[in-house]
Amino acid sequence: MNSVTMTANKTTDLPTVSDRLAKNAMRHASERIIEMLLFAAAAVSVLTTVGIVYVLVSESINFFQNVSIVDFLTDTQWTPLFDDAHFGIMVLISGTVVSSAVALAVAIPMGTVIAIYLSEFAKPKIREIAKPVLELLGGIPTIVFGYFALLMVTPLLQKIFPELPGFSLLSAGLVMGIMIVPYIASLSEDAMRAVPMSLREGSYAMGSTKLYTAIHVVVPAAFSGLAASYILAISRAVGETMILAVAAGMQPNLTWNPAEPAATITSYIVQVALGDLPHGSIGYQTIFAAGLTLILITLCFNILGQWLRKKFRENY
Amino acid sequence: MQHKSLTTEQVRALIARGKFRDTLFQAVGIIFLAIGLLVIFLLVSDMVIRGAGRLNLDFFTQFASRRAGQAGILSAWVGSLLVMLVTAFAAVPLGVAAGVYLEEYAKRNWMTEIIEINITNLAAVPSIVYGLLSLGIFVYAFGFGQSILTAGLTLALLILPIVIVSTREAIRAIPAMIREGSMAVGATRWQTCRYHIIPYAMPGILTGVIIGLARAIGETAPIITIGALTFIAFLPPVPFTEVSPGVSAGLFDWLMSPFTVMPIQIFNWTSRPDPAFEVNAAAAGFVLMVMVLSMNGIAIWLRYKMRKNIKW
Repeated sequence: MNSVTMTANKTTDLPTVSDRLAKNAMRHASERIIEMLLFAAAAVSVLTTVGIVYVLVSESINFFQNVSIVDFLTDTQWTPLFDDAHFGIMVLISGTVVSSAVALAVAIPMGTVIAIYLSEFAKPKIREIAKPVLELLGGIPTIVFGYFALLMVTPLLQKIFPELPGFSLLSAGLVMGIMIVPYIASLSEDAMRAVPMSLREGSYAMGSTKLYTAIHVVVPAAFSGLAASYILAISRAVGETMILAVAAGMQPNLTWNPAEPAATITSYIVQVALGDLPHGSIGYQTIFAAGLTLILITLCFNILGQWLRKKFRENY
Repeated sequence: MQHKSLTTEQVRALIARGKFRDTLFQAVGIIFLAIGLLVIFLLVSDMVIRGAGRLNLDFFTQFASRRAGQAGILSAWVGSLLVMLVTAFAAVPLGVAAGVYLEEYAKRNWMTEIIEINITNLAAVPSIVYGLLSLGIFVYAFGFGQSILTAGLTLALLILPIVIVSTREAIRAIPAMIREGSMAVGATRWQTCRYHIIPYAMPGILTGVIIGLARAIGETAPIITIGALTFIAFLPPVPFTEVSPGVSAGLFDWLMSPFTVMPIQIFNWTSRPDPAFEVNAAAAGFVLMVMVLSMNGIAIWLRYKMRKNIKW
């Protein structure tokens, strides 16, 4: 601001250069304005976070004025829309935990093996083909995966386990696992490729095989990156919605058995949103309480991820 | 332990065993990769075979219907297109501006750090949470209702981190000499960005935008959460045409119109008990897959081309 007033004073004293100075001042002013606009754009992301926290917390506060937190955490029934309403979030958490566990049981081994293969074994040509294919797999809309789980994977599983119901956490979880594989594979591969070649060469010089080197040298060295990819995978699994809404059924069901249908936190939100709940009703508030629970779960894993990364970070 | 008593044969056996394990592992790796490929293939082929009977022109020009055989995806694909339009108009300027700010302007201070950490964290937020955000803010606080505008803005926020990150990566790849050259001839910081940095980063930005839009067009959960309807048998008003006797639609009336999108139409058809609708779901799923895969394909191709062409 100071420079602007100074140039304004000079304008009256020195008319000969005044035009250029005025132009300079204009340039300064417009540069400032542009910088502020750009900063505002960058700040939108912070506003988004503030908005998310504000909406979830404020609606949840309304919710917890009607329902005690103890009931919310300990009740074993989730029937918010019935006359005899129960709000036991454990019911939804169990569905989320079971389906995520199934998904991770598929995605972590598959994704890690693919990553090791691509970074340590595959020829560059195969890698150049495989990475885009994985990317395409990761880009498939989740609703299409839901269709796949319901109409292809479930009938297939029913041939092996005839007593499997038409909706189950198992088939939804399996498909979710396939969906998550590309995330783990590509992030882990990046981490392993960042391990310096000299470590591998040292290992080969001692007579180790490629596999031994991969497992005992490269994977430990890249562990912080692997952990980050697993954490991201967990966030994906916990937050996945449409596969579960389509293929896992939406009945609340407190179960630890993947062969049963059950609602998850996310599929409950979808179910409520599909209906026509008035703004401000207790049913409307439950989806924000459920959303807050979801965010807190993913937040816990993110903090765990940060901690793991710090603890296992290797510097070369 | 082993070095004392190994004979040549034992050493050979040891090496052979090691090599065998290597090969075995490679085979497992290839099989796992093949499973990924197989899933894509199965998905697409199943939807083609199941939906083949419905994949004709009528399917694209008819509205949803109670009768499976007559139902089409007109309102769904028009809705998806319009929502994408809003998303692109909101996310591209915001994302590029934020990316330029963080790379070219931001000082290394706590504020920048907060913005950066925040963008990383937002990328990991489940998409349904964006739906809840927008239900609270856009639908009720701003009063946009369950409209195309709300949906477009929701998805714009969702893909903002993707656009920002790809913009930053593209800008980071531009060598410092470009900036120095521009500033040496008297360009201001913004002129440098406007005439050099942004144009040179354009292919990278475009790749990110396309990947972001491909993600957005397949998103279902946030749009369901804001309360989009699943059964829409009309199109948003076309600007300047007569919507009711004597009243013509304004230029932006379509922004406030109720709508449905492709993924919601598929979800609706998938969740009906009548198997006749599965055929429709398959056909619509195929159309959506073609949209998403071709967008991703273009992005991958663009990136590949870029890597080959640019040599600073």
